[in-house]
Amino acid sequence: MKVSIFAALAALALCGAAQAQKSAADGIAEYRKMLEDGNPAELFEAKGEALWSQKRGPKNASLERCDLGLGPGVVKGAFVTLPRYFADTQRVQDLESRLVTCMATLQGFDAAEIAKTPFGRGEMANVTALATWIAASSRGMRFNLPQGHEAERQSYEVGKRAFFFRGGTHDFSCASCHGEEGKRIRMQDLPNLTKNPGDGIGFAAWPAYRVSNGQMWSMQLRLNDCFRQQRFPYPGFGSEVTIALATYMGVNAKGAESIAPAIKR
Amino acid sequence: MNTHRILLAGAAVAAVLAGCATAPAPAELDAQASKAIKSSFRDQGIAKVDRLAQDLGQAACSSDKAPDEALADKIMAEALYSVKWPANGQYLGDWRAGEKLAQDGRGMTWTDSSADPKSNGGNCYNCHQIDKKEISYGTIGPSLWNYGKTRGVSDPASPTAAPIVQYTWVKLWNSKAYSACSNMPRFGHKNLLNEQQLRDIMALLLDPKSPVNQ
Repeated sequence: MKVSIFAALAALALCGAAQAQKSAADGIAEYRKMLEDGNPAELFEAKGEALWSQKRGPKNASLERCDLGLGPGVVKGAFVTLPRYFADTQRVQDLESRLVTCMATLQGFDAAEIAKTPFGRGEMANVTALATWIAASSRGMRFNLPQGHEAERQSYEVGKRAFFFRGGTHDFSCASCHGEEGKRIRMQDLPNLTKNPGDGIGFAAWPAYRVSNGQMWSMQLRLNDCFRQQRFPYPGFGSEVTIALATYMGVNAKGAESIAPAIKR
Repeated sequence: MNTHRILLAGAAVAAVLAGCATAPAPAELDAQASKAIKSSFRDQGIAKVDRLAQDLGQAACSSDKAPDEALADKIMAEALYSVKWPANGQYLGDWRAGEKLAQDGRGMTWTDSSADPKSNGGNCYNCHQIDKKEISYGTIGPSLWNYGKTRGVSDPASPTAAPIVQYTWVKLWNSKAYSACSNMPRFGHKNLLNEQQLRDIMALLLDPKSPVNQ
């Protein structure tokens, strides 16, 4: 797997000059195509699958009874319905915050402690691996978030407002980059997230493996880095705004096919 | 029916209506969103939560609807008033330094250690085509290739060039002077770039010797 990635990168470097003549999107699509055969996200998928059934934590229990919205233990299809309202916690939760709830209630982990852990470390790395496997279990399915509960509709409306909220040193909002068709930053195409941006684009691509830094990025980390580049202060893991934004993007993406976990530059 | 009974009946109707209401009013959702934004962020490095306190323009440009004309005019007037003109009427610096700043997208995030303009870039290529030799450019803003040339600037110090030179200075200092909800950051007004850095970017755009104007 590693060899094929290096080969792809080398090939990319060699044909860099030729690619410059094509559209940025063509070049990036070709690059992604070359990488597709060996997506290291598979390693995280395998780790997540193993973690799901492993007895762990102070209660020495597995996550096999975790309810991701479709009933205890139902994994397939859950990803394309999240975030949604959960009666036991009485709030709307995304996949990652829901996993932390299950790790706390079933396995006895300290939820606040996990939420404070930096991405890529300790139990947070396990949350990401679990999210990667759970997302992969819905690969090829289409997003269809429920909006029947009042809290779900409110989450959408709060998310929409957060999406357009301008602030910080640069006056940026999410909409500054993701509110129009056909725009890009440098060579990077920007999906319009105010509507369904298409199969496997935007919300329907994350979690994703980032080739540029060799990291597995969950949606929470994707949003976290968007806010960093927006020059905003630091969003809490699983905070209301991050979940509301996911609801907004997820509902807008209704009908889009999930390709998560994707591979990104 | 006496007043007392009317009030009671009114209260009962209001209570029933409140019970039926499933969709909160937009104002209530606005309040919920404000509360959510306040509670979701914390300070990290130089990026403090005070960055979420919106000024007039940020607040007015925070929805999918543009502000009404009167409000937009007020935002633009305030922005124009905020502009600080360069010392000694010196508008142009070194286009080479300007190109370096245009390429540099760093600054003001929570992973940057200093908020001093000297450690910031201009982010220009992120959104604009500038020198055609740079193929990695964004498209959120218009192309700036041949910026001075197409505007007829052959001598930036001449009186005929003054209107476009001053317009460009204002655009860089506070973009909201010409468009209330412009996507472009306010580089001078928000102290993202200092006067000399702005002069260098001015030169990149307006100096007839700049590669932009070839």
